[in-house]
Amino acid sequence: MTLPDIATCAEPAPLRQRGQHEVFCGLTSIIWLHRKVQDAFFLVVGSRTCAHLLQSAAGVMIFSEPRFATAIMEERDLAGMADMHDELDGVVARLLERRPDIRMLVLVGSCPSEVIKFDLTRAATRLNARHAPRHRVIAYSGSGIETTFTQGEDNFLAALVADKATSRPAGAAAKLVVAGCLADVVEDQFARLFSELGLTGVVFLPGRDAINGLCVGPETRFILAQPYLGATAAALEARGARRIDAIFPLGAEGTSAWLRAICAAFRVDPARFDAVVAQPKRRAAAAMAHYRPWLQARRVFFFPDSQMEPSLARFLSREMGVALLEVGSPYLHREHVAGELALLPAGVTISEGQDVDRQIDRCRAANPDLIVCGLGLANPFEAEGRVSKWSIEFSFTPIQGFEQAGDLAELFARPLMRHAILTGGADRREAAR
Amino acid sequence: MKLSMWTYEGPPHVGAMRIAASMQGVHYVLHAPQGDTYADLLFTMIERRPSRPPVTYTTFQARDLAGSTADVFKNACREAVARFKPDALLVGASCTAELLQDDPGGLARTLDVPVPVVPLELPSYQKKENWGAAETFYRLVRAFVGRSPRPENIPANSCNILGPTSLGFRCRDDVTEIVRLLTDEGLDVRVVAPLGATPADLARLPEAAFNIVLYPEIADVTARWLKTAHGMPFVSTIPIGVGATEQFLAEVRALAGLPVREGLRRDRLTWYSRSIDSNYLTNKRVFIFGDATHAIAAARIASEELGFRVCGLGTYMREFARDVRDAAAKYGVEALISDDHLEVEAAIVAARPELVLGTQMERHIAKRLRVPCAVISAPTHVQDFPARYSPQMGFEGANVIFDSWVHPLMMGLEEHLLQMFRDDFEFNDGAAASHLHPQAPKPAAAPVETAPAGVIATWTLEAERELQKVPFFVRGKARRNTELFAQGKGIHPITVETLYDAKAHFAR
Ligand code: SF4
Ligand code: SF4
Repeated sequence: MTLPDIATCAEPAPLRQRGQHEVFCGLTSIIWLHRKVQDAFFLVVGSRTCAHLLQSAAGVMIFSEPRFATAIMEERDLAGMADMHDELDGVVARLLERRPDIRMLVLVGSCPSEVIKFDLTRAATRLNARHAPRHRVIAYSGSGIETTFTQGEDNFLAALVADKATSRPAGAAAKLVVAGCLADVVEDQFARLFSELGLTGVVFLPGRDAINGLCVGPETRFILAQPYLGATAAALEARGARRIDAIFPLGAEGTSAWLRAICAAFRVDPARFDAVVAQPKRRAAAAMAHYRPWLQARRVFFFPDSQMEPSLARFLSREMGVALLEVGSPYLHREHVAGELALLPAGVTISEGQDVDRQIDRCRAANPDLIVCGLGLANPFEAEGRVSKWSIEFSFTPIQGFEQAGDLAELFARPLMRHAILTGGADRREAAR
Repeated sequence: MKLSMWTYEGPPHVGAMRIAASMQGVHYVLHAPQGDTYADLLFTMIERRPSRPPVTYTTFQARDLAGSTADVFKNACREAVARFKPDALLVGASCTAELLQDDPGGLARTLDVPVPVVPLELPSYQKKENWGAAETFYRLVRAFVGRSPRPENIPANSCNILGPTSLGFRCRDDVTEIVRLLTDEGLDVRVVAPLGATPADLARLPEAAFNIVLYPEIADVTARWLKTAHGMPFVSTIPIGVGATEQFLAEVRALAGLPVREGLRRDRLTWYSRSIDSNYLTNKRVFIFGDATHAIAAARIASEELGFRVCGLGTYMREFARDVRDAAAKYGVEALISDDHLEVEAAIVAARPELVLGTQMERHIAKRLRVPCAVISAPTHVQDFPARYSPQMGFEGANVIFDSWVHPLMMGLEEHLLQMFRDDFEFNDGAAASHLHPQAPKPAAAPVETAPAGVIATWTLEAERELQKVPFFVRGKARRNTELFAQGKGIHPITVETLYDAKAHFAR
């Protein structure tokens, strides 16, 4: 498959609507970040609403040692009776006393803390003076007014990059930074591929521990593994690193293109590249082929959620033969997703932002075979007899890389198979394949 | 500012949403930042509701703050009314919008929408979910129940049921159970609210002879107002447990002017608990925590109907602290009134229970301490919105309770064998009860067993080894008793002798 020249593609004009956004705020990214970065603790400075959000999402798991919490602002904080900075210091002291194993404390800003302009970056500086180096403190915003869902991760990574204390002395700069939270198994696979390709000095951001690792300099190149990393890219660029442009590593095509872009940047011999990816590519094709009958020519509608939608849609349309009806994204980073948008079929509706009631009207009118949407909409759609795929799972499941291409296809095929099984419309053996 | 690992209640606007989502024909316009729509998931996922909750959020973003968020709100109201055509519109603010001071109530009044608007003032930084629900229900009832006098000739056996809500702990089945019981007793149940009611149903509340409050945290305020404004008496004995259900039915019959009736008992708990298989439950130490209603009811069942010993009782609801204190006094324990999860954890560690009856949050603690646990109250998660019929109230509720509380405990035979043979490769100290999940958590450390602060006790190696022979679920207690005993007698270090002296001393 060859990629069309991006420059010759007319930029599609996205549909922009303003109304109710049925999306998560950036705090939600804590749900996966706390598992990836195991020595970090996420302390949200916010309201009871923020605390309630976190536990409603993660509280179904039973934690003997939670790795996130909320410093809940109270009446007296707002009335100015209590110095917020003193209060926060008290909360942090209590937390660190209970959990001396925390190496990095991450203060996470919320809507209330931002509306009252409580400066968490300043608080982090002050707390560092007291607790570093034993406990490193950084801050970022996960508020709903500033961030949508995965943008929380973006701000966290940007804060990690900006945090000078994490960098090693000059001279040890990474050659390649792979930015974006990946499942451990995916990270390991990529690391193996990189070493087979002869690439060294590769650092994953975030790493499995928060403190050790990242040093960025002018000779550093970076590539995004996730499409929602505008701020992270800017932070890396601010430290001199240069971005390698590519589409995202979803599906066999996306993964090949992504790896090829890296190889081009580091002048890896194309023959070596072909040799290294040949076998994994064949495996991916074989795995995806199982699910193509379920997806071929099915009509799919994407609600906005994570900014991964253009990449997922590109995968579905080019590798699974899906017909796209609408591809919604909370935000389109023009430069970073240009390659993805260029690969979408002409005429597909791209929407940015949301007016959920109108989008639901459009969706019902289009009557798709599969609706990719959040959990607030999924069951109500199912109850209308429609088939939905809940989108949050793409942030919680290993889907990148060759070995996961089949799994990714399966995520979309599963609701359709299930629907067929439960409505008696499928041969049980066929569906269970 | 308060460090909160887990919160027992959501913000008050979630309480308001629960009322809106419980009812028919009510729509709620909530001034809130982008992201607060997460609350929809409580209904669509945790409760598995098949439709979107009737809530429109303004979902403002940072860029809106520069302009007029008030206009965003007004637009949202207009569009919601046009689209959903409700019978009543609730308007209010979330915690972030509260800081903006846009005054949703005032704004909605200027809009001239063709439906009654009920503005909500829910102070997010002071109050919480249940308060928000109670306040919203009260505001709605006040808006729809006129001040005109009640009709004459109201049949004495007519009643309303107040309090059940969407996302309430087992409300769905409690209502079914209680309505069935009452109907069997010859009562005429008129309106159930807020669950399933319309604004027009609320207007009919005064047409019944009296009210039954099943969930005081939601409906107490409303029932009191109906009593003052319309002279409607109400029953507030909560029919959770066999004894409580009997008492409840007797009270209801009395209010309805029906004669006293004997032999109401129609449950299995009484016999199951009486049967010799339950002998080993006697005096098991149980720690109880939850909303006030469920905690008080649980304590009574635990102590009077199951023969447990209540070693701790508490609630996160300050509004009902008095009731819980009174109940705790009956069991000789001091009530724990706290919404601080860490304080609850400390109290559980100190009480060294063999069973915790609590909320989803106590499951975290119980996992850490490796104590069996059952959920008796909100906050809960998806597992506690089961498909099967699972009331807590009435006689069937008592049956459900017997099964679910006894289940996490180690079965009697296993408990005996463990005491006799301790080093079995499959059934041993480190393994959880074998009828539970085969990979139940292993204790990392066993914090239950650390000595309380201030007690400096050294154990001889031999005594320490002997202590390990005490079954794990009472080992913590044995250690503590022995240390207290040694401290009292000035014994140092603790020997095997001391261990057995203490055992004899504290024999129950
Ligand atoms: S950060 Fe904002 S949107 Fe997210 S939970 Fe807190 S108040 Fe709501
Ligand atoms: S999938 Fe639904 S029920 Fe499960 S944790 Fe998420 S919100 Fe809760």
